[in-house]
Amino acid sequence: MTVATPRRVRGRIPLPLIVPAGLSLLFLVLPLAGLLIRAPWTTLPQRLTEPGVLTALRLSLQTATLATLLCVVLGVPLAWLLARIEFPGRRVVRALVTVPLVLPPVVGGVALLLVFGRRGILGSWLDSTFGITLPFTTTGVVLAEAFVAMPFLVIAVEGALRGADTRYEEAAATLGAGRWTTFTHVTLPLVAPGVAAGAVLCWARALGEFGATITFAGNFPGRTQTMPLAVYLALETDLQAAIVLSLILLAVSVTILASLRDKWIASP
Amino acid sequence: MKAGGIRTRLAAIAAVALVGLAGCGGDDGDGTAAPAASASGSGVSGSVTVFAAASLTESFTQIGKDFETANPGTKVTFNFAGSPQLATQINEGAPADIFAAASPTTMKTVTDAGNGDGTPVTFVKNQLVIAVPKGNPKGVTGLSDLTKPGVKVALCAEQVPCGAAAKKALDAASVKLTPVTLEQDVKAALSKVKLGEVDAALVYRTDAKAASSDVDGIEFSESSGAINDYPLVVLKNAPNKTAAQAFVTYIQSDKGKAVLTAAGFQAP
Repeated sequence: MTVATPRRVRGRIPLPLIVPAGLSLLFLVLPLAGLLIRAPWTTLPQRLTEPGVLTALRLSLQTATLATLLCVVLGVPLAWLLARIEFPGRRVVRALVTVPLVLPPVVGGVALLLVFGRRGILGSWLDSTFGITLPFTTTGVVLAEAFVAMPFLVIAVEGALRGADTRYEEAAATLGAGRWTTFTHVTLPLVAPGVAAGAVLCWARALGEFGATITFAGNFPGRTQTMPLAVYLALETDLQAAIVLSLILLAVSVTILASLRDKWIASP
Repeated sequence: MKAGGIRTRLAAIAAVALVGLAGCGGDDGDGTAAPAASASGSGVSGSVTVFAAASLTESFTQIGKDFETANPGTKVTFNFAGSPQLATQINEGAPADIFAAASPTTMKTVTDAGNGDGTPVTFVKNQLVIAVPKGNPKGVTGLSDLTKPGVKVALCAEQVPCGAAAKKALDAASVKLTPVTLEQDVKAALSKVKLGEVDAALVYRTDAKAASSDVDGIEFSESSGAINDYPLVVLKNAPNKTAAQAFVTYIQSDKGKAVLTAAGFQAP
């Protein structure tokens, strides 16, 4: 990852910036170093090939990706609404969007059960009318992840929309484009990097999701047991196995994120 | 009703503590704890940190309060979670005085790591029951009913003691069932019943009893083949060994036993 940093202001890097910057990096990286130091490197290959591991990893990648897609499809329009349309109570709506960030994920899971559960407000109707139950299913995992990860996307995209130059949209409007055409042909391409950045954040958060998932979707290998759940249960009996699982999840996600980042964000 | 009960009990304990200081420290503990027993009610002070299995939540909280009343100047704080998780925390150096596990296997990981002070004592036993929503809407009477179509079951994951016991009981009954979820501890399994998301869960009798306003506990014969011993030990690096020893003695005293029995535990 070599990102060229343009030097606009010359001179020495000020100490009040470099010291805290170094400390924060250390603070973020040390726990990772802890994992690496304690990892049972000799047994790593055989742990990797244990059947449950790949199943959990595959499920994690699939559900996080689906959750991200759901967030993009639903979240980008919400971000647009918040950034472009003046409506009463917009501040309240904006605050509501951040609720899943503040809510402990386990509570989020319970809240989802109370709505989408078998006895939930919507869940009981879904169950009786369509025979659909969401808890303890892979769909449930996707929902739980989307619930927790959505704010990351909405906030990032809204920020991008607010930072974007609205003159292009105005120009499109004066040329006779409707709001929908302007959105698809002008706004969206303009904020594409913001959407990509938001989607990456959203995906990362969904991949690491634990609390809401285990509460709403339960834990069953192959169906709802994602990597974070597998890590947690491995921790119950075998610290080393938990470390190995964490490292696998980290390695895979960092690789994917780094390659996407180079492709999407650093390119223009 | 419940609060009143606790209040009366507290008052009774306080009365006992006031009147019978001299009578304290009867010969109810086992041999190893005898010296500390006489210290109960005098000279014990400071805080005691107890790491205890999730299934001990209600009874230990009560015993802790009773102990604080009987020994002014003491403060008992608890960390309740799945036993294996607590064992990991202790082995990683968490500052705890006492460890109470829901299974000898879990206790062994702590004593094997050299973190126990002396030999663990089995202080209670616990047995599994089938927890069903109040009124037993699916008419569950035994383990075999859990395999019926349309009956959703939550079990504990095998990694935690209640899951290991459930597996033992199911194997003993040669009942093969596919749960919808494998929960991370017994309270999580129980809450799925409380929320109505599953029709039954295998939990400890004590947990079903503690939640008796929401669930019914159904005894089944095969549970006698899967009784969990609960061991208790003072930890080697206990910051407050004297008070810890006094609390261990108190748990095994008649007053402690009364609380544990009332919660549904069996004598060892």
